[in-house]
Amino acid sequence: MGEGRFGVLAAAPLALVLALGFAAPLAIVMAFSAMPERVFDLGHRPDFSAYAAMIEQGYWRSLLRSLGMALIATVILMLLCWPLAFAMAKLWKTFTLVITIAVVLSLFVSENIRLFGWVLVLMKGGLLDGYLQHWFGWGTGGLVYNPGAIVFGLIYVYFPFMLFPMAQGAAMIPEDARQAAFDLGASRWTVLREIDLPLAAPGIMVGSLLCFVLSAGAIAEGKLLGGRSVITIGDDVEAAFTYAQNWPLGSALAVSLIAVLGGLVVIALGRIDLDRIMGRR
Amino acid sequence: MQAQPILEIAGLTKTFGDFTALHAIDLKAREGEFLTIVGPSGSGKTTLIRLLAGLESPTDGAIYLRGQRIEKLPANKRPTCMVFQSLALFPHRSVGENIGFPLKIRGVSLTDRRERALELLDLLQLPRSYVDKRIQDCSGGERQRVALARALAFDPEILFFDEPLSALDYRLRKTLEKELKDLHARTGKTFVYITHSLEEAMVMSDRIAIMRAGRFEQIGTPDDIYARPISRFVAEFMGEVNLFDLALTPEGMQTGPLMMAPGITSRINLRTGSRITMMIRPESITLLDPDEDAEITVTGRFIDEYVLGSRVQRRFNLGDGHFVTVETLREARSALSVGAPMRLGWSLAQAHLIEER
Repeated sequence: MGEGRFGVLAAAPLALVLALGFAAPLAIVMAFSAMPERVFDLGHRPDFSAYAAMIEQGYWRSLLRSLGMALIATVILMLLCWPLAFAMAKLWKTFTLVITIAVVLSLFVSENIRLFGWVLVLMKGGLLDGYLQHWFGWGTGGLVYNPGAIVFGLIYVYFPFMLFPMAQGAAMIPEDARQAAFDLGASRWTVLREIDLPLAAPGIMVGSLLCFVLSAGAIAEGKLLGGRSVITIGDDVEAAFTYAQNWPLGSALAVSLIAVLGGLVVIALGRIDLDRIMGRR
Repeated sequence: MQAQPILEIAGLTKTFGDFTALHAIDLKAREGEFLTIVGPSGSGKTTLIRLLAGLESPTDGAIYLRGQRIEKLPANKRPTCMVFQSLALFPHRSVGENIGFPLKIRGVSLTDRRERALELLDLLQLPRSYVDKRIQDCSGGERQRVALARALAFDPEILFFDEPLSALDYRLRKTLEKELKDLHARTGKTFVYITHSLEEAMVMSDRIAIMRAGRFEQIGTPDDIYARPISRFVAEFMGEVNLFDLALTPEGMQTGPLMMAPGITSRINLRTGSRITMMIRPESITLLDPDEDAEITVTGRFIDEYVLGSRVQRRFNLGDGHFVTVETLREARSALSVGAPMRLGWSLAQAHLIEER
């Protein structure tokens, strides 16, 4: 049996799972997005009216809002995680393990519960506001139910998704290249700009993509920390499928989001080398 | 009057915790000199070059560059440059960008950087078309030259080398040793080179400093080191040499397996109780005919021989755990049978006496 045939056979089970569990639902959603509004089967003439409704009824605003919040969260995560990721990869030894375990442990608790914890802390009369009132006589008022709170939630939840790929990227910077640049006259900032960031770029890119894609499609952060005052695209998709019983509209919204994010991922992955990150080369 | 040394270190000390890597060492490098620091691993030579380049700071002592103290300056403020053992080329930059990097930092324009990179490619005998080549596509020897070009780009006062040839195969290393010596002559720069190979140092250097356990054992020209090593350590470091212990006891001179002709012992200046090592190089020893004689002779049985290209090395067992290696030209060798007793000899003038401190 040739190598090639063995490869096909070995990949077959996963290919089947992906076809049934990933490609097929996606195809159905795409098909539904072309159907007339408020139908529950695919036996209709495609008229793409859901896309028109999406634009006319202003759903594109929540799409833009979600992408905007995802972008802000991703940029803040990049700035926040770089020093830590660099230190984890280059400076610390045991402490890196401590941080890794601490961050991974937080993932053991459900995202919803962790976010709800933040609601209790940040809400009007919550932990923070309450204690400040008690000690100083003034409080923060409610800090939730605004876009800032959602961005905070996104940063909090997707922190590990930026940190670990970034640390992986930082570990790829050869120490002697940094020293050589320094020896050739580069300042710390120049070393960062010319050596560190370009050489860690694949890791930074992977982390940013993960965070941006997950943030843009996030539902829980918007629901818990944004309440009904900030509507994300995820909220809209869910509402269209459930409360509004308008599957084609929900599908059209989902397909639009997937198209934007998918396009981004394709462009970005075309520019980085996953093999190198995985240490295969 | 002696010119001011371009580089001078005085009482330079470096400790890592309880371990002292450098014990208050002194050294001067002359302008335009090719100075090589040789030592086994752990002798402190890498620590020394890192202190000189500014990648580490000394525990104590001073480094002067043209009379100015520089030991507190960080590496990026020193007008010196180091070629790393790993070369440390930037993998994400082309050959031209690597060479132009130090100029970019100094605000040189892109066109001028490219012009300088092309000049340096010429100097290093690389084709000009390499300016846009990726580092990954360069061979080991080409990378070596790119690293040299990058180090020369901003016209540093001194170039430091941290064993840059150690990872290359023998033939390429030999070629690059000569090229480096040639480059040194053409640029007129001061080179301070680190290696564990005394052979490499012999080929290239104006002066050699032998390091041992954080101190300089001997500093001198390659000829000095070769002909007049001051200690057993230096002598043994050079590879194949024959060493014999001499000692003066009340009973007379103990010469071990050496047979000395009358009058020879009195020419060796030895105080009672002191020890002297006689060093004789394999190529200085002659196989004696039965009727021939020499000032100093030994008798041994032939063990085996190694052919080293044009030369042949033969080992003889002198008994009592003493061995001697003799080197002759390949065409001059006579056939010997294993176990055959042979008389070997040399003159006192050919031997070098090392008095241990």
